[in-house]
Amino acid sequence: MKEEHKEGVQGHEGGAHGHGEKYKFGMVIDLDKCTGCGSCMVACMTENNVPYKKNETNKLDSITWMRVFKATNGKPYPDTDICYFPRPCMHCEGEHGHAPCVSVCPATATDYNYETGIVSQIYTRCFGCRYCMAACPYHARYFNWWDPVWPDDTKESLSPDVSPRMRGVVEKCSFCFHRFQGARDKAYAEGRREITENEYQTACTQACPAGAIVFGDLNNPEHKVHELKQSPHAFRLLERLGTNPKVYYHSTRSWVRRAGDNYLTNERSK
Amino acid sequence: MDSALIPKGLKRCPFPQFALWIGAWSFIMLWAAIAAVIAWAYGLNTTNLNDYFGFGAWITADLAIIALGAGAFFTGFMRYVLGIDEFKNILNYAVIIGFICYSSALAILALDIGQPLRGWFIFWHANVHSMLTEVAFCISCYFTVLAIEYIPIILENRQLDKVPTLHAFSHNLHHIMAVFAATGAFLSFFHQGSLGGVAGVLFGRPFAFRVHASIWPTTFFLFIFSAIACGPCFTILVTRLTEAITRKKLVARNVILKLATVSGWLLVGYLSVKMLDTLYWAAVTLPKMGVNFFDMYPQAPFNLWILIAELGICGAIPAAILITKKTRENEFLLILAAILNCTGICINRYVMTVQALALPVMPFDKFYNYVPNWIEWITSLAPFAFMAILLSLSYRYLPIFPQEKELNP
Repeated sequence: MKEEHKEGVQGHEGGAHGHGEKYKFGMVIDLDKCTGCGSCMVACMTENNVPYKKNETNKLDSITWMRVFKATNGKPYPDTDICYFPRPCMHCEGEHGHAPCVSVCPATATDYNYETGIVSQIYTRCFGCRYCMAACPYHARYFNWWDPVWPDDTKESLSPDVSPRMRGVVEKCSFCFHRFQGARDKAYAEGRREITENEYQTACTQACPAGAIVFGDLNNPEHKVHELKQSPHAFRLLERLGTNPKVYYHSTRSWVRRAGDNYLTNERSK
Repeated sequence: MDSALIPKGLKRCPFPQFALWIGAWSFIMLWAAIAAVIAWAYGLNTTNLNDYFGFGAWITADLAIIALGAGAFFTGFMRYVLGIDEFKNILNYAVIIGFICYSSALAILALDIGQPLRGWFIFWHANVHSMLTEVAFCISCYFTVLAIEYIPIILENRQLDKVPTLHAFSHNLHHIMAVFAATGAFLSFFHQGSLGGVAGVLFGRPFAFRVHASIWPTTFFLFIFSAIACGPCFTILVTRLTEAITRKKLVARNVILKLATVSGWLLVGYLSVKMLDTLYWAAVTLPKMGVNFFDMYPQAPFNLWILIAELGICGAIPAAILITKKTRENEFLLILAAILNCTGICINRYVMTVQALALPVMPFDKFYNYVPNWIEWITSLAPFAFMAILLSLSYRYLPIFPQEKELNP
């Protein structure tokens, strides 16, 4: 079955680009379910040893790999409606893997993985020029303005699977890549060559109390995301720029779908 | 006190006066050095940069001083490659100005990166798709060329010239200088262009992104054009300022006027292409991205006035002054045009850096503004102090103006 799937993937997408994509991990986030509670943000920070400041008032230099944005329909009461946009890294594929950030990084410190579709960040190679941050229209990349400092009593709770980052480098959501590595190692140890959908799930997906985030292999028809992304109500953020992101959103509200991209005044949205 | 070092037959101010002058500028350099040490020691949290403005005053200053320093390679190009002989009278000074601009740019870049000790990764782990990689290679190579071009000027010092080996070395360097000038011009065209490419390839930033011509975005060519249009004007400004401070004629008027004419026509050419590029961007590129031209100029300081200032007040006006014989020959108007021209290019580099980042791209994102703090200001302005010091030392101890004796009998 998997072999068939792989062939299908190569013929359909990977093959067309000359890169044999085995997986193409992505998300579908149901914005009609998201309550903006922020559990995904908390889970992400804990899972990935994201450092925090003593005073987090200034959000312009806070690190939030997953950040929940708030959008409104701009109408007065009683027609006011709001929507929360959880925004992880979009793991853009761009064209042939040339994501906005990957193509600009001068030191190849961020890379597009053709096996998983995940955009990585190599902390030990990044020298902090921040060109990738300038390139990312989603503000999904964060700079370590400070050295990470955790209070003594919280050090024990740091994840041993994720390396902490030093001052002066850029970091971002990795789709909890260490979980993929763990799942793959486990599968190999058990004599399997493939991992199942449930074996690799991101921390934010599991933490969402509303079940708004669904994660999986976008290329695999057996994964939920494969079906969800094909909904007529599914869309991606700033799709028109050509970033080709792997995070899909879903909403039955047309103004929300319109808020996901830029449109000229009289232009029809998706 | 230092008369043995001063070129023969040339008059210079008394040493104490010179020392006081250098001391005043050194104070600013010391201040900038303290700021640099703070930034390196405590990290970039000591600046006003943030995750929305990863690029700020430093990158603007870098782009601007590199454009202003373009007089060096372009004067060399005109002298050695195009064979315009008059420019030999200002070439030394243009080279030193270029050397100062490029060394300052490199110093600021060293400040701007989060992990300065890893700066060499840009060469070691080079990503051939990145415009910044192209910038790094070209800027480093061209800085080396500028240093090589500066060496024979230094070796012309009265005392150094007495050493036979150095004299012979300098003499031979002079002979092959055309090769370096041509190499420098080639490298410079590429790195001015790649600096433009840095902004133009950002397809996630509608303000910066431009359609590609060949493998480069149009900003690649626009940055080259604008740099060679303003570089000579900056050389004129610094030369005239030097003349005002030293109260001497150092470069013949015909040389300055010729340089101004070249600059003026290049500015006309640049503005024409820039207008076409802006029109295409407004009519085709932006609508494809779902935004219209006026969305790009939403509020002060990034409203339409900044565009009018860049292309009109600091573009069309100086171009008109410089290409018109009557106005060009009016000293006040010439200096005004040179100042406006240089200001226009600085505005261009500012908007392509800061405005490009300030405009939110996600419809539900917010607009933030950015104001540099003192650390960014002083280190961005330090190149002027460095310029004052190195130009003063060069002027005092090196025969950099071939016409000085003739013009000051």
